[in-house]
Order: sequence, then C-alpha cells, then structure tokens
Amino acid sequence: MGSNIADQSEGKTWDGGSVKPMGASYGKMMMWFFIVSDALTFSGFLAAYGLTRFKFIDIWPIADEVFTHFPFMHGVHAPMYYVALMTFILIFSSVTMVLAVDAGHQMNKKKVTFYMFLTIIGGVIFVGSQAWEWKNFIQGSYGAVQLKDGKIVQFVKDGHQIALGDFVVGKHEQKQHTRNNGLWFEDGETIPNYTVQEVFEAFKSNEDVLLRIEKINPETKQKIIVSREEGLKYLSQSARVVEGANLEVNEYGSAQFADFFFFITGFHGFHVFSGIVLNIIIFFNVIIGTYEKRGHYEMVEKVGLYWHFVDLVWVFVFTFFYLV
Amino acid sequence: MGHGASHKALIWKVFGILSVITIVEVVLGIIKPEFLFKTQFLGTSILNSLFIILTIVKAYYIVYYFMHLDDEKKNFKYSIVLPLVILIPYLATLLIIEGGYVHDTLAPYLNWAY
Repeated sequence: MGSNIADQSEGKTWDGGSVKPMGASYGKMMMWFFIVSDALTFSGFLAAYGLTRFKFIDIWPIADEVFTHFPFMHGVHAPMYYVALMTFILIFSSVTMVLAVDAGHQMNKKKVTFYMFLTIIGGVIFVGSQAWEWKNFIQGSYGAVQLKDGKIVQFVKDGHQIALGDFVVGKHEQKQHTRNNGLWFEDGETIPNYTVQEVFEAFKSNEDVLLRIEKINPETKQKIIVSREEGLKYLSQSARVVEGANLEVNEYGSAQFADFFFFITGFHGFHVFSGIVLNIIIFFNVIIGTYEKRGHYEMVEKVGLYWHFVDLVWVFVFTFFYLV
Repeated sequence: MGHGASHKALIWKVFGILSVITIVEVVLGIIKPEFLFKTQFLGTSILNSLFIILTIVKAYYIVYYFMHLDDEKKNFKYSIVLPLVILIPYLATLLIIEGGYVHDTLAPYLNWAY
C-alpha cells in the first residue's frame, strides 16, 4: 500500500505524519473506526428487535405472510423472491465497487469510472426497490380488524388469507374529509374502506370465512385459525378496521413489528442513500482527474469501504427480517 | 494490493460464494424442511441457527475480501474485529434472554378466550 500513497505530511503531524503504526492512512483508519461504531449502532437496533421479538415470540407476524409481492406478478404469492433479488442487486453493486477499487490500484481511470457508474446504478435500483417494498407494506394487501384490546384478527378461506374486499360489501357512506371542504379542518385519520359493522355482517353471512388470530401454534408454527362461533365472539369486540401499516397499528399484527421494520430498513435505506451521494461525488472527482493528479485512488477505496458496509448491514437485515 | 496485481479472480470467486449462500438461504426459507424448521435447539429452530451461521459466513467474506481487511496489518485488523465479535454477541445474548424472560412473565396474563 505505502508505495502508492503520495505522502506530503513530513513534519506535519496532525494526521499522524508518516508514522503509521497501523499501516493505514489517517482517512482509511478513521473510515474503519466509523464503520465499527456504525456497526455497533446497527447491532443495537437489531438486538432491540430481537428483544421485542422474543418478548412477543408467540404472536409475532410471520414474514412469509407479510412480504409476498413481486413486480408485474399481481396476486401471485411470492414470498422472499423480491427481497432475494434486492440482496443480489446490492451484492452485485458491491462487486462492481470492489472492481473499481481494484482498477484504481492499477491507475486505470477509464475502468474506475465505468465500475463506479455501475455501482451508483445498482445503489439507485436498490433504494427504488426498497421504496416499492415500503409502498406495499404501507398499503397492505388484505386488511384486518383490530379488537378493543389491540389484538389483530385476519380472515381466511380454505386455509389462505383473504382480503376484506373479497367478502365485505362496503357502502362507503363516510367520506374522507379534506382541507378544501372544511374551514377549520387540519387533518384526520384515513377512513378505511369498510366499517366494523359491515365486516361483522359479512363475516356472519359468509359461512366459509374463518378468523385467524395472532397467536402461533407452537406445534405447526402457523397462526391459529379459530372456529366460527369463537370468531363471532372475537369480532363482537371489534374496535376498528385496519388496512396497511403505520407506526401505530398494522394489519400484520404486533405494532412493534412495523415500527422496527420502518426504523431499521429506513435507517439502512438512508445509509444507502448517503452512500450513493458519496459515490456520485467520488465518481465526478474520478472523471475530472483529481485522483489521477494525486497519484492514487485511495478515496475510491474509502467510499468503497462504506459501500461494502452498507451491503454487510443488509445481509443481516435480510436474515433477521425475512428469513429467521 | 498496491503492487499492480489484479484481484479479479478472487473478487469473482467471493461473489460466487456469496451468491451460492444467498440462494441456499432463500431455498431453505421457502421450502422450510420439516426437520430443521420444527426441531427446537437453544431457544430457536435449527433452521434459524443455520440462517444466522450462513449470514456470519457471508459477513466474513464481505469484510475480509471485499473490504480487504485481510490485507491490513495484524494490529489494525484486530482493533476492528475484536470489539465487534466481543460486544455484539454479548449485547444480543443478554437482550434475547431478557426478552424471553419478559415473555414468560407477561404471556400468561394475555387473554385469548372471549
């Protein structure tokens, strides 16, 4: 490494001068130590997620039933495929990044430019995919009912979850209030498509619809489906209809599940976004020949470290939110 | 590194390893083999433990080969790796045990009969 670094710090010691007990330049070492602290931050979040999950181990939502969408395949139950694709996109952009670093060591400006460009494209596709994933999560796909004590109940038919729209007839009597038709109106809760009463009536008249509660059967590791009579008892305690997810309530189950999902994938997505911005800055520096003049491409290596770290965090987020 | 030698072959090899591990994870996650999924061991299923081990293997390849940590000096390498491998399992173990305890304490009070 040392042979490539243009060291002009003789006599000036704010960055440690030319004495490098750890064999790495100041910038690279600090990038590594930043990554260590950021890794500990993410572990703190994921460990908190672990604590909450074990706290609600018998009622936690099952990931396969939450993330089931794939682009252009509407209505197809496709758990995991999309997030696996996202993982590949990010791993691949890591590969192009490391190829850019490799080209930098050979002072090959053209190749560094090309691979940096591919890396940025990969990052943009990843952030876009994450936005799509969020959109599906927020909109929800089935809808559920929240009981007075906060429990979420979902509806199933022939063992598969069905959407409220599949069996409830809504009259849409109440209209969403907007600012332009109320002088003092600021904002209000989104009104769901169906009322609690409509859902109750529809459940009563559709004999083949069953109720699924949050509790997991430890034998089968599936959510428990209760009988018709019990289902009616549960539904008589209905408080509101829930469609999609927000920080307060979600149709998938435990509110903390959505909170952690939004917080951790959001924080990771923000890291990806920062990484793209850094990559773009370095990309233009490469184009105008900054590092060619400097005699080494260590800046590419430093943003590369950050970019790989983002990939590394995703590997863990992928495991703990989608697989485990 | 820095001697003009290209690491391309190594990079593609690591990419291959990461891809294979990811594919194995996704396939296992979709078919969920009965034996691995239902057998409980150390508070979770064997399948979950397997996922976590595979993830750590992936992390090793990313850090050691993509981030070139393997090429750094020994003291630098360990000043990065040791804090993480000591602190993270420590924090995770304590919090997960605590979460299990909170569950055991609170779950009996949750009413499921209406």
